[in-house]
Amino acid sequence: MDIQTWTYIIVGITFALYIGIAVWTRAGNTSQFYVAGSNVHPLANGMATAADWMSAASFLSMAGLIAFMGRDGGVYLMGWTGGYVLLALLLAPYLRKFGKFTVPDFVGDRYYSRTARLVAVTCAIFISFTYVAGQMRGVGIVFSRFLDVDITTGVIIGMLIVLIYAVLGGMKGITYTQVAQYCVLIFAYLVPVIYISILMTGNIVPQIGFGGTLAEDPGVYLLDKLDSLHIELGFAAYTSGLRPPIDVFFITMALMVGTAGLPHVIVRFFTVPRVKDARISAGYALLFIAFLYTTAPAVAAFAKTNLIQTINNASYDDMPAWVSNWENTGLIGFEDKNEDGIIQYHADPAINEVTIDPDIIVLANPEIASLPNWVVGLVAAGGLAAALSTAAGLLLVISTSVSRDLIKRTFVPDISDKKELLIARISASFAVILAGYFGVNPPGFVAQTVAFAFGLAAASFFPAILLGIFDKRMNMQGAVSGMVVGIVFTTAYIVYFAMINPHLNNVEHWWFGISPEGIGTLGMLLNVFTALVVSRRTPPPPESVQEMVEMIRIPREIEEKT
Amino acid sequence: MKEIYKQYWTRHLRILSVLLVIWFTASFVLGIILVDYLDQFRFMGFGLGFWFAQQGSMYIFVLIIFAYVYLSNKLDHEFGVSED
Repeated sequence: MDIQTWTYIIVGITFALYIGIAVWTRAGNTSQFYVAGSNVHPLANGMATAADWMSAASFLSMAGLIAFMGRDGGVYLMGWTGGYVLLALLLAPYLRKFGKFTVPDFVGDRYYSRTARLVAVTCAIFISFTYVAGQMRGVGIVFSRFLDVDITTGVIIGMLIVLIYAVLGGMKGITYTQVAQYCVLIFAYLVPVIYISILMTGNIVPQIGFGGTLAEDPGVYLLDKLDSLHIELGFAAYTSGLRPPIDVFFITMALMVGTAGLPHVIVRFFTVPRVKDARISAGYALLFIAFLYTTAPAVAAFAKTNLIQTINNASYDDMPAWVSNWENTGLIGFEDKNEDGIIQYHADPAINEVTIDPDIIVLANPEIASLPNWVVGLVAAGGLAAALSTAAGLLLVISTSVSRDLIKRTFVPDISDKKELLIARISASFAVILAGYFGVNPPGFVAQTVAFAFGLAAASFFPAILLGIFDKRMNMQGAVSGMVVGIVFTTAYIVYFAMINPHLNNVEHWWFGISPEGIGTLGMLLNVFTALVVSRRTPPPPESVQEMVEMIRIPREIEEKT
Repeated sequence: MKEIYKQYWTRHLRILSVLLVIWFTASFVLGIILVDYLDQFRFMGFGLGFWFAQQGSMYIFVLIIFAYVYLSNKLDHEFGVSED
């Protein structure tokens, strides 16, 4: 069977599975819709969290980015996993003990203030929207590349699927579809790379294989080979770092803290029954994420080696079929500048004749290694699983923010559970449609907005929640002024460099050499500093709030003997 | 009762600070600050700094969380605040 038939079959089966699960696990009340009745097994929550977290960017783009960044690609690997340590140790267990449904719930109650709640709701909605638009776009791209439908149709199909299971199932439906989606995506990611690892290094474990020696030349380490190929072509060695260390430091920290502060990740820890379940399920989540994240740098090294060896100094006429297939999608392009019929790949733009989109590293991986056609279909299904699972989690945060944080907790406190559930479903539907619109008509600054989402999460939620738990003296005045300072500073820096003055966006003009991607770290520090200074000059929080802080620090209160 | 909670929290904070020092060392110190120095050593075929940046830090992160689960559950039992 050809690639397209296999892709239709595998994608069709997985979609039927997701919808089947959603019908079977649909939500009956708001608690099930918001937090799956807080009744999810920690292992299932770990898988769901991993799928929720790993987006189209993790699955499709990350290995490609690493392949072109070399050692500096570690910022994504460390940044997007290290945040789970912060989440597990500093946030998740206490928020589970707090026991309500959303992040703005906590911020609003802890800081006894409608303003704080509204600031938190606005951030949650903004962060989730910037993120979800990228996912819908990812769905459209997978459809258009593998199934030969145009991007708009692809986005609409994706919208319909998410609409069915997110609106019907709420958190309960999403949780169990995410479990299925995790299995699909991890299988799809690992199968091609294990095969390639055996082929290139003779080692079945890619994480070890890419440090090992080549199967065809046992005296040479793969990474040494890759380094010498890079130097030969005028690039810096693959295993060397190019970015200034201070920038690497700040970006990694911003991604870690931002990860820990993302509302759609935090809310997953409200779905387990107990505090100790929240702790262990963060461990499971990171373990499941690490399966993909530790493999990604191996994918990057294997594919980069293969790619250079296939295209450099080869004749145009001898290119394998996958090259021309992907040439049609614009992911790889050639221009025979010196008209010698031979491809030159070089760091010098005057000589270089190849343009490569990093996404090709994962997408074309199975074809580069001449794997069977069903593996290609599997990669398509995996990319869709990654995009849909993340989109669903984000849409739930948006709908919950509207129905719970805005309607129920702020404007109409005496609304009935049934009406609240209906509003949650209606706002989820609107969010899907809006996300789909941005998927079809992406704003020109998608890449910057993702950095923005992390920077904002780092500069707003993370410090507000952290101080709310670990600093009993923190009060409303401190937390709100801290959040405002953090948000305004981070937003101003990113908007200035990414949107107003893109031509100044380089290391000479950055403050202390920190790029807009890393500025969230500084925003966070300013937030904490402001909050501490202001709170110590204003009255302490009410007695009841201080008691609440003591309560969330303890997994279970000791019963008083009378 | 409040006195017991306070002692529990102090002990808990001690666990957190030890684990966070390990977290910081595994990523920011070994994978970023000392990465060039460590790259002169070879580990399983990798430059050691490169290995920490792209592999080792992540394994250590997973271990940190499971260590935290073990230590905090033990502490809960010791202070009688466990949910079991």
